[in-house]
Amino acid sequence: MSLRAVVIGASAGGVQALSQVLPDLPAGFRVPVMVVVHIPPHKENALVDLFARKCHLQVKEAEDKEPLAPGTIYFAPPDYHLLVEAGETLALSSDETVNHSRPAIDVLFETAADAFGSGLAGVVLTGANQDGAKGLKAVCEAGGVGLVQDSATAEVATMPDAARIACPGARTMYLDEIAPALQAMTR
Amino acid sequence: MSESVEDIEIQLLLDAVYRHYHYDFRHYARASIKRRLLQALAQWGYESISEIQSAVLHDETILPQLLNFLTVQVSEMFRDPSYFRALREKVVPHLRTYPSLKVWIAGCSQGEELYSLAILFAEEGLAERTMFYATDINPAALKAAQAGVYPLDRIRLFTENHQASGGQNSLSEYYTANYDRAVFDRSLRERTVFSDHSLVTDAAFGEMHLISCRNVLIYFDRELQDRVVRLFSDSLTRGGFLGIGSKETLRFSAHADRFTDFVRAEKIYRRISR
Ligand SMILES: C[S@@+](CC[C@H](N)C(=O)[O-])C[C@H]1O[C@@H](n2cnc3c(N)ncnc32)[C@H](O)[C@@H]1O
Repeated sequence: MSLRAVVIGASAGGVQALSQVLPDLPAGFRVPVMVVVHIPPHKENALVDLFARKCHLQVKEAEDKEPLAPGTIYFAPPDYHLLVEAGETLALSSDETVNHSRPAIDVLFETAADAFGSGLAGVVLTGANQDGAKGLKAVCEAGGVGLVQDSATAEVATMPDAARIACPGARTMYLDEIAPALQAMTR
Repeated sequence: MSESVEDIEIQLLLDAVYRHYHYDFRHYARASIKRRLLQALAQWGYESISEIQSAVLHDETILPQLLNFLTVQVSEMFRDPSYFRALREKVVPHLRTYPSLKVWIAGCSQGEELYSLAILFAEEGLAERTMFYATDINPAALKAAQAGVYPLDRIRLFTENHQASGGQNSLSEYYTANYDRAVFDRSLRERTVFSDHSLVTDAAFGEMHLISCRNVLIYFDRELQDRVVRLFSDSLTRGGFLGIGSKETLRFSAHADRFTDFVRAEKIYRRISR
């Protein structure tokens, strides 16, 4: 596989989990990474600052109609869905919540699967709902790779469990295995 | 990647809707349109997008239902309170200098943004000299806007937003509760003209002092955004104000040079006077 993009979804316990994945991506990682974390709608987005300090890659909040750049980590802003358009630009929308969430992991994963097909890796981490399951299924059906956090080590196992059931071909991983696995896919 | 059959069908459906009904969704951000059409497909139980095309061409009662999928009616009163606070504190002092005012709420959805502005203008003592123009392409949404009735369980959020926006009175002074509904005072819309107007296919409105068009441009592709920004510039008086959604920007627009930042953080712009 030649990796063209990564999408990651996390919910309850997600900030902790992401702290063990994103900082391990090396400076030479030349692929865009898009992340949805469930956060309350009327909050300022503190994630960008937090991860900008920890990561080797550039970290920013995703903007509407922004062309994707390699080696950049994009976070969905609170209260907006993050989508990928054909032609590899990002889009935001304030469509209805999906799985009671905006941003929703399914929305990002499904649109990214459409745009990147077999060049996409989808990663589902800890969480207390089922968001991301349909999305990961779409990633796998489009020929992409699914990675799911090992449930025993997830703060809340509901989300990774649901993703594994929807997408049996997904690989189960410990957090510290994820960045090296993604890095290996770029070669 | 080559175009999928589904993508071809979507293009054909949008062409058909445009040619037969003159609703033009061809330059809307496609990923969101596609998701929404697939939802319609699942809900209606058709086999393919082509079947939706056939249905909507032959049965015009399908069109309003399709519009409800193709347009997004998510809104709140005083959504992003800091935007309304900036209007109150920074824009209103300029508006006060005019003897009469015209305000256009473009893409007004079910009226939440209109009533927010009507309340703000009433609280600032500008209501009597202002005409509001509330426009949208979705007839069902416009009808709801005209009625000004919202489920009571949304009022708590609206009230918090109103307070956070610098609201002077209690929101409850502007509506009466009727069972599970909040009915907003008709006096708030006395000076409002509601009309079916498309930013994509219709012409400019004249001499506005303020245009508030929030979370509509985000649904358009770059090319269409350009058209609409130009339309706004043509519809504003010199020195008129334009407010857009918090995640929208004029930065990439071909017509950005017609505007200056007025309150940058709140996406409030001012038409330059030349
Ligand atoms: C997400 S709502 C925004 C509501 C409100 N302005 C706000 O920010 O809360 C988008 C609205 O734009 C309307 N709309 C979509 N296309 C339009 C067009 N071409 N012209 C005018 N309104 C349009 C939709 O019907 C919908 O009511």
